[in-house]
Amino acid sequence: MGFENFGTVSFTTEARVADFITYLEQGKVMATRCPKCGVSYFPPKADCPSCLSGEVEWFEVKGKGKLATYTIVNYGPSGFENDAPYILALGEFEGGLQIMARLSKDIAPEDIKAGMSLVVVPLKRPEGRISYEFKKG
Amino acid sequence: MADVAIVGAGQTAFSRNCGVSIRELAFDAFQESLEGLDITTSDIDASIICSAPEYDKQRSPAGLISEYLELTPKPSFYVETVCSSSSTGLRIAWSLVKAGLHKVVAVIGFQKMSELSSRDAAERMGRGADIIWESPFGLTMPAGYAMYARAHMDKYGTTEEHLAKVRVKNSHYGATNPKANYRKELSLEDIMGSDMITSPLKKFDCCANADGASCVIVARGDVAKGITDIPIWVMGLGAATDTMTMAGRKLLTGLECAQEAAKQAYKMAGVKPQDIDVAEVHDCFTVSEILAYEDLGFAKPGEGTGLIEDKATYVDGKIPVNVDGGLLSKGHPIGATGGSQIRTIVRQLRGQATEAQVKGAEIGLVHNIGGIGQYGNVTILRR
Repeated sequence: MGFENFGTVSFTTEARVADFITYLEQGKVMATRCPKCGVSYFPPKADCPSCLSGEVEWFEVKGKGKLATYTIVNYGPSGFENDAPYILALGEFEGGLQIMARLSKDIAPEDIKAGMSLVVVPLKRPEGRISYEFKKG
Repeated sequence: MADVAIVGAGQTAFSRNCGVSIRELAFDAFQESLEGLDITTSDIDASIICSAPEYDKQRSPAGLISEYLELTPKPSFYVETVCSSSSTGLRIAWSLVKAGLHKVVAVIGFQKMSELSSRDAAERMGRGADIIWESPFGLTMPAGYAMYARAHMDKYGTTEEHLAKVRVKNSHYGATNPKANYRKELSLEDIMGSDMITSPLKKFDCCANADGASCVIVARGDVAKGITDIPIWVMGLGAATDTMTMAGRKLLTGLECAQEAAKQAYKMAGVKPQDIDVAEVHDCFTVSEILAYEDLGFAKPGEGTGLIEDKATYVDGKIPVNVDGGLLSKGHPIGATGGSQIRTIVRQLRGQATEAQVKGAEIGLVHNIGGIGQYGNVTILRR
């Protein structure tokens, strides 16, 4: 299994990091880390260009992050029409990892504040699609 | 140092629906670029064709345009850095001339976006993001810039009115530009009352898709002097790349690719921000112009809004910016945009601008950004 059911519309399937989806199905949002040089990657990379190693390891993105910025998208592109409005956001997590995802629908727009506490969690979507989103931390 | 010059620069009018083919668009820009030059088509040694391929119906447009303009059998090839493709084309043309491979090179940018519906165009722009990790969330260009706008507002107290004032200025100048697609003057109320597209960016904070072409003719210094009375010298070139993903961005209140490109261009040209007499910056969104003021050093980080408040970027201000109306008025035919910006600065430095002429302008700057800040290009030109 690859990225064919990831997000609202997926554009490609195969990747060496396809285990990300397996972990997501198990309820975990994962990043990778190079055990040789210690660099962490989100989005996950299967390879470490810093030391040219292909031996990265997976670890779970845990703990609380902070909302860095966001936008409420009122007009989605083709394939996303039925999602709009949706809120895209960047969250900063432990170890300098930054993640882009949508804010959960259960966060009201008037409650959104820069720096608010977030967690990143898997999101099962209709028709067997899967993603991840930010919830209040 | 400056032994490569721009001898000619032309563009078509930018429009929503040009009704002609891309080869004909390219011809119109090519024709204007050669106006008044002591040169013919056969003097052009190579051509660089620039566009964003996802909008093109024609595969491999370099061969097509080269045939139509009768540039065969001279080498022709294609470059792309999305919205900054033709600035990248200029960079490569400079290198080819500097290296001694060619004496005269044409940089032709084009885009015919009306061949796609605007939703389909937005889908293609969405695929301009990382298609595994970020496009599946519905990230678009306006949404990416909107996240920069929000971060700038949160950190520096920038307001939606500050952004709107950029459009007020640019619509004022765009109204008199015969090449601009949008030629209505907009009031602050018009802009503030327009539909929210992706908060905090409203309809009038956004530039529009367009059809159009541009052409810049680059020549070796000694050759340039024989072709035109007023060569415009390429003094500084800067280029940088930032992460494809929004997740990878270290700074959310400015574009690091623009800051880095500016640093390189100023160093190469041996000038400082305060030496620039007139600038064209990549105002694909109003916020982009505020970020550009700061990234180019016209204002300190967080103080870009002061320039628009004080009207310092109007034609008689301290640093006139986008006095041709910018992308916001002209429209943004992706591959043609950089060449159009260069054309405006060339005309300003020659004292030939018809929209609004900056008096005695000697040094000009072009800031052209690809994608959501993926590709930064800064070019400094001198009369």
